[in-house]
Amino acid sequence: MREGTFRNVSGCAIIGMISKTGRRFSGESIIEAVATMRERSNGLGGGFAAYGIYPEYKDYYAFHIFYNDNLAKKECESFLEEHFDIINLSRIPTRKIPEITDEPLIWRYFVLPLPTKLAASQLDEREYVVRCVFRINTSIDGAYVFSSGKNMGVFKAVGFPEDVGRFYKLEEYEGYCFTAHGRYPTNTPGWWGGAHPFSLLDYTVVHNGEISSYDANRRAIEMYGYKCTLLTDTEVIAYMIDYLHRRIGLTLDEICHVFAAPFWSTIESKPKQEREELKFLRNVFASLLITGPFSIIVGFEGGMMALNDRLKLRSMVVGEKDDMVYASSEEAAIRAIQGDLDRVWSPMGGEGVIVTVEGRE
Amino acid sequence: MAVEYIYPDYEIVRNQDRCIVCRVCERQCANEAHEYLPDSNKMVSDDAKCVNCHRCVALCPTRALKIVKSPHTFKENANWSGKAIKEIYKQAESGGVLLSSMGNPEDYPVYFDKMVLNASQVTNPSIDPLREPMETRVFLGAKPERIERDEKGRIVRNLPPQIQLSMPIMFSAMSYGSISYNAHESLARAAAELGILYNTGEGGLHEDFYKYGKHTIVQVASGRFGVHKDYLNSGAAIEIKMGQGAKPGIGGHLPGEKVGRDISRTRMIPEGTDAISPAPHHDIYSIEDLRQLVYSLKEATDYKKPVIVKIAAVHNVAAIASGIARSGADMIAIDGFRGGTGAAPTRIRDHVGLPIELALASVDKRLRDEGIRNRVSIIVGGSIRSSADVVKAIALGADCVYIATAALIALGCHLCRSCQTGKCNWGIATQREDLVKRLNPNIGYKRLVNMLTAWQHEIMEMMGGMGINSIEALKGNRLMLRGVGLNEKELEILGIKHAGE
Repeated sequence: MREGTFRNVSGCAIIGMISKTGRRFSGESIIEAVATMRERSNGLGGGFAAYGIYPEYKDYYAFHIFYNDNLAKKECESFLEEHFDIINLSRIPTRKIPEITDEPLIWRYFVLPLPTKLAASQLDEREYVVRCVFRINTSIDGAYVFSSGKNMGVFKAVGFPEDVGRFYKLEEYEGYCFTAHGRYPTNTPGWWGGAHPFSLLDYTVVHNGEISSYDANRRAIEMYGYKCTLLTDTEVIAYMIDYLHRRIGLTLDEICHVFAAPFWSTIESKPKQEREELKFLRNVFASLLITGPFSIIVGFEGGMMALNDRLKLRSMVVGEKDDMVYASSEEAAIRAIQGDLDRVWSPMGGEGVIVTVEGRE
Repeated sequence: MAVEYIYPDYEIVRNQDRCIVCRVCERQCANEAHEYLPDSNKMVSDDAKCVNCHRCVALCPTRALKIVKSPHTFKENANWSGKAIKEIYKQAESGGVLLSSMGNPEDYPVYFDKMVLNASQVTNPSIDPLREPMETRVFLGAKPERIERDEKGRIVRNLPPQIQLSMPIMFSAMSYGSISYNAHESLARAAAELGILYNTGEGGLHEDFYKYGKHTIVQVASGRFGVHKDYLNSGAAIEIKMGQGAKPGIGGHLPGEKVGRDISRTRMIPEGTDAISPAPHHDIYSIEDLRQLVYSLKEATDYKKPVIVKIAAVHNVAAIASGIARSGADMIAIDGFRGGTGAAPTRIRDHVGLPIELALASVDKRLRDEGIRNRVSIIVGGSIRSSADVVKAIALGADCVYIATAALIALGCHLCRSCQTGKCNWGIATQREDLVKRLNPNIGYKRLVNMLTAWQHEIMEMMGGMGINSIEALKGNRLMLRGVGLNEKELEILGIKHAGE
């Protein structure tokens, strides 16, 4: 069964690391860290998001696409040519290893919207790109865009995350931020697109949990033109972030107050200005409140955000060392790559940890 | 016996060994079903006068009384039921329209009873409401479609008027006139204590109850009884009543004998005159007319009160609701065909309208498909019988429910469905002073508070079981529902899967 034909709930391992100064480092360390949490995955999905990895093409949208076959590739490429200026295209380099099998065709394209098409669409550039991605994913059989941001990329597959990292030669990439995900699904989809991170433009989400608000969130977000095809929590959370951040213009801090809103009793105890703001957010975006256990790490252009559900029903630890900030399901994973932390703590439920690279947002 | 004689449906059974001839039953029965025979020092009963309201049964100190269904029967006939035959006798005799009260009692499917709820196991923890916060607070009202910020970058709180409720339940419209002063007082005080709202119905607001204004929805119906500027401004919200689930397409009629001094003052009509609410509003013959009334009421209240438009669930309900959502209304109340009434033509009550579950599901879906679900809140009623019905309605997509029959039952109503006679032995659906005083509002309000406190606890338990700790995450969360014994079409309309899927 392909992802999207049933609701797939998973337990997982997540980790993210970012340099606050924007210093670029190799993907080697995130592989090493996530490998520590092998117990939290079951080999049915792993993946990475890497930021700052394409400086030579930083002004172009980097599309990573899975194809089932050459027919799908041909159809998709003719769609891309019709809508985008393709600056560069290539196979994504991979390494043959016994742990990763049945790979689809995996291609990368650096693109910009065709100016005439963009103007005719009357959309802003990012919205144009989003709609094209949705078009490909919902209407071209056998083609799936799994990464579509600038100067960043998602790499994912069916397998344990450390194997997926080696498969994609992640150690050869350098970025200022990496996130990773090891999946423990309660079903066996065996479809690469269903692995995490889930992404839209430069927003990526890795998630551990099973949200009880899923269908309330899904039906709310679908009203704004999103189409939840994978039936996973991660997908709906990614769309909610895109909607609130890019389209509505909420800050990440405000988004935390929507997703993991403080309890009313907490809100009542705040000073007036803050109380009224929190009340406003809870009321207006009531359908985007997320309940049930989750820990998420959100990657975006220039930063990273970690957030727990309001009861903290999933573990999440944050550590700091010099310019580096780490967030992980387990402290052991951070310790595996940085034994000497300046500070390590467990954020409270609903307390977002937002890290931005100096000079960015 | 003549042909019009109809053997009573129920028989009063008196255990003469237990009866102590205290005559309580006789004093309590406004229908005069019980009689004392001084010669033999015995109580006797006339079954034909009994409405089966259990007042005498409940107050008999020796438990000497019970009411049983009469075994008397017509010859069995799958087509011509006893009920159908009797109704013809009545109409052949009277030439009149059959009248009934309370909700549709016929054997239509109750979809709430064919849906089951989910609970967490293993992959996701359930939440214990005794140990963790469990939130049932809701806000009703239109939500802004974009965020504005001031020069400091702070969000401008540009909210249209909202209603805040401690739980997603309100008391539905019942007019002063259809129910008693004491029933109204019980509802008003209970709403205030619970942090919810009650609804005046179309009979205006008694001057004694203006003090509960913050917990009051004031209704504007086709008769416009008791509507004036102070009335509109006294409540927390204004409801335009376009229709009622028990009698879609039909107006109302409060007979003159119920219009005493107090009701005449409250309704602003002469004492003893019939209060007739026309079937339509005569200034609303189309959707654009509704928009004008909505904005007239908003103008009269300085845009400080949300406006609810209440409609009966009818075939085209989704399209009608969509029109209402685009006409300035802040909330839509939908009343299903099981909703109660003080009096309605039997044929209308039993044959017109839709089950609320189907109406709610299709309205919620339509408003989402059109991207306007956040412009309005949806309130549903007719009939919500328990906390489980509340949870299922919210999961289907309602913001809030209306209850009325359940509230009256808490006050003592035994659903004898004889409200139209005005002789309610429980002091609820009557204006007779001796009967009204039987309902003590000090006790009545407490019973309402008890019932809804219990429901709230049950809602929290069910939510916690599903791993949901705030009611907004339940709203429209249809994955939490599964159908049992429903066909494909029913599942499609309800937007749920079948159990086992």
